[in-house]
Amino acid sequence: MRLLAGVRRDGATGLADHHAIHGRLRSAGGDLIDAVADAGLRGRGGAGFPAAVKLRAVGEGRRPVVIVNGTEGEPLSAKDRLLLTRAPHLVIDGAELAAGAVGAREILLAAPRSAHGPLAAARAERGSPVTLAESAPGYVAGEETAVIAHLEGSPARPRLTPPRPAQRGYRKRPTLVQNVETLAHLALIARHGAAWFRDEGTPERPGTTLLTLSGALAAKGVVEVATGVALGELLDPSEPLRAVLVGGYFGAWVPADDHLRLDDATLTAHGAALGAGVIHALGRSRCPIEATARITAYMASQSAGQCGPCVHGLGALGGVLERLAAGRGGREDAHRLVRWTEMVRGRGACAHPDGVARMLASATRLFAEELADHVRHRACRACARTALRVAA
Amino acid sequence: VTERLQLDPIACDGHGLCAELFPEGIELDDWGYPIIRDGEVGPELREHALRAVRSCPALALRLRAAR
Repeated sequence: MRLLAGVRRDGATGLADHHAIHGRLRSAGGDLIDAVADAGLRGRGGAGFPAAVKLRAVGEGRRPVVIVNGTEGEPLSAKDRLLLTRAPHLVIDGAELAAGAVGAREILLAAPRSAHGPLAAARAERGSPVTLAESAPGYVAGEETAVIAHLEGSPARPRLTPPRPAQRGYRKRPTLVQNVETLAHLALIARHGAAWFRDEGTPERPGTTLLTLSGALAAKGVVEVATGVALGELLDPSEPLRAVLVGGYFGAWVPADDHLRLDDATLTAHGAALGAGVIHALGRSRCPIEATARITAYMASQSAGQCGPCVHGLGALGGVLERLAAGRGGREDAHRLVRWTEMVRGRGACAHPDGVARMLASATRLFAEELADHVRHRACRACARTALRVAA
Repeated sequence: VTERLQLDPIACDGHGLCAELFPEGIELDDWGYPIIRDGEVGPELREHALRAVRSCPALALRLRAAR
């Protein structure tokens, strides 16, 4: 364990313990951005963008700002909150180091109100220049341009890019928006170097990663693993599994295969990506069409309401899935599901509709059998089981 | 010279005039919002594309020099 080393169950790690666990920050020998590039650190907020590329771009501008993004709008994710409340010094180390590397004097940390206690205590303990701000609720509020809008006092809705925040972000200044976990990794790269970081994980996505496990599992919650771990090593199911949702609500369903590795090549082959590190196990007792319908309805409700295809398209898809899940949908709904999934892709200012399209495409592939049952108004395997249980 | 037709999906209200004035490059989705086919506009279609840009009530369309 790296990020979670020495993390306590009952509260935040204080500064003295933080130093005892991770060592003090020495004045970084050499260039930190080079070290981050050599380490191959990629963003852990969802998009997986190379951290060094962002750092370089922001460092080229005048009067840059650093925003620590602890918004974590994904309902199945809890890893950023865990870091903020249990290892606040590691996150603040990363934020201060990133600010130093890009030449920023201002650091804003957006986090839910519930995390402000430990963060304020850590800030006071070390005399940090970080400014705390309350993050906005809602799924899309964590998208980086939405975070900027929120901190500027506007509604937390995504903005049209380009310009990217690295060029023109918070108050029109070059802005580094970096996820909490990404900065925590950066704090350890600064201490131990790129080669150490690459000792764990896959070559294309090195290091460890935090995953939030939920669903039909005996052990749930946040774990730290090397990237590329196999599902069988990771999951302890509480019942036989039908599928696993990887990434988050914008992620993809993959087969519940013990040998399936969470590496880029394997995930790409299944139309999935690690995203925000959400792993949700779907047990065989739950209908996958119903689970997909619930996620779609939620995602439709979380549209920022700015772009027509997202508002109307996700709403329409939610309706189709609700009918199909309830066994009231027909062949026409099955066609609409495929047609509209393709139609909403790439049609928003942000990637919200694309995320839903990805999740739905994986559902139609993986749950073809159950979908066919529902289209024919028959109970799928899971629905039949539930009906039996109700009858018995 | 090829230009690119760009849509601001936040500004767009789905009036649909663009698809009528420039059907070669724009079609409407099932909810009446424009889908830009590939965005590339050659000189022969420039006038049609410009008409769509100028008549958009939401000012959501732009014709930009392709990079």
